[in-house]
Amino acid sequence: MPCTAHDIHIRNFYLSYQERQIFNDFSLKLKGGKWNVLLGRSGVGKSSLLKAIAGLIPPSSYQGTIKAQDGSFLSGHISWMTQDALLLPWLNVLQNVLIGNKLRQLSGTDAISKEKAKSLLADLGLEAYLDMKPDNLSGGMRQRTALARTLLENHPIVLLDEPFSALDAITRSEMHDLTARYLTNKTVVMITHDPLEALKLADRIYVLKGPAIASAEALTPSAKPPRDIKNELLLEEHDILINQLSDTQALS
Amino acid sequence: MIKFARPFVIITGFLLVWQVLVYITDAPPYILPAPLAVFQALFLRFETLTNHAGITLLEIVLGFLIGSLLGCCSALFLATIKSARDWLTPILVITQSLPVFALAPILVLWLGYGLPSKVAMAVLIIYFPVTAAFYDGLRRTPKDWQALAQVMGAKPLAFLIHVRIPLALPALSSGLRVAMATAPIGAIVGEWVGSSEGLGYLMLHANGRMQIDLMFAALLILSVMAVTLYLTTDYLLNKLLQYLSLDDHKTR
Repeated sequence: MPCTAHDIHIRNFYLSYQERQIFNDFSLKLKGGKWNVLLGRSGVGKSSLLKAIAGLIPPSSYQGTIKAQDGSFLSGHISWMTQDALLLPWLNVLQNVLIGNKLRQLSGTDAISKEKAKSLLADLGLEAYLDMKPDNLSGGMRQRTALARTLLENHPIVLLDEPFSALDAITRSEMHDLTARYLTNKTVVMITHDPLEALKLADRIYVLKGPAIASAEALTPSAKPPRDIKNELLLEEHDILINQLSDTQALS
Repeated sequence: MIKFARPFVIITGFLLVWQVLVYITDAPPYILPAPLAVFQALFLRFETLTNHAGITLLEIVLGFLIGSLLGCCSALFLATIKSARDWLTPILVITQSLPVFALAPILVLWLGYGLPSKVAMAVLIIYFPVTAAFYDGLRRTPKDWQALAQVMGAKPLAFLIHVRIPLALPALSSGLRVAMATAPIGAIVGEWVGSSEGLGYLMLHANGRMQIDLMFAALLILSVMAVTLYLTTDYLLNKLLQYLSLDDHKTR
């Protein structure tokens, strides 16, 4: 299945949360096979949008459509990674990565193979930790395990819900490079509140501004990701993004 | 060292205060027998006491096992079947607000003087705390995990078995601790209302014959038994949670 076919079309999207209008006739086309970043301040509603894309908000509670380019639904083509690695503390790294088999009750040829999981974990530098439980791992290792789990799902669309915000600066930078490498050619939608992170990784950045988001300002950073954050051009773009973010009042 | 010595110091202190109290108040042995008299009764009637204690122990253990099992089943039932909640919750509240002691005579009437009525008493007392604690744990599956399971296409039953139940174990184990602490109440109340064996029966019987030293000896055995049962349960539950890395309610 060619990954580039997985454009995500959001059309006439209306969403309210606790009597507050978050999205008001919002339309956006996210490019397939590219790294799309939704940038916005805390509480602006970017998480809600990501949840809607992931199918976690039932379509009955919002108006508008979120579909693939060919009009098909996205569910079943999506994997999801969050700030919390969501590893099960009683399972070791390998078992955690293969949890999808258990949850979908797959076995035999349908299941994700152990060998594939092991070789991916080895690539991610976790070879020596296969039998370790999450409590004994560092934050970065836990997030790498979560990344392995996400990748093994092998879906064309990957949604990232601020996956790096709980990591320390150096680990975060390492995770940026690693994630960028492994998610090449996937349709990535990442939300973040960090303009620098967005500039480092994004093919295209969409700035979401409340209240009642009606449209997103788009920015295509120069050069190809992952970018060097010391680049001067990038710093200029950083200023642009900061301005765009700060000329509205944050809601919370 | 102090940790090991502490129980002995407390017990010795307790016995000392008891003896002093007997000495000062000059209480007759049919009101408050001296510790030595109680130990004498314990020694002389040891076989009688252990026979009756065995019956009570059996009642407590059976009550605990059956009550916990029923409690777990109801909690699972409540957590998985939505309509069950509306029907079962009032019944649960009724069984709990009705003083179980008031039911004891009826239970004896229906189930006879033997073991079943006492076990039923213990079950009634244990059932609610176990159900409530486990159900609460099952309801508190982290939102992020629910989202991840949904995106991963998890089967509800597999999600329950592999994620929700293990994550609810810390809550269940608090319920089981309460259950173990209250189970002896059920057994003893049952024996008081009508029985021909067990420590509760022996105490009533001894009381009627002014054998207060025997009554105290029975009480002593009962407390040692209850404390041992509680501490064993507590220890085993802690070991289990530690083994599953679920102690301190770690969930990530």
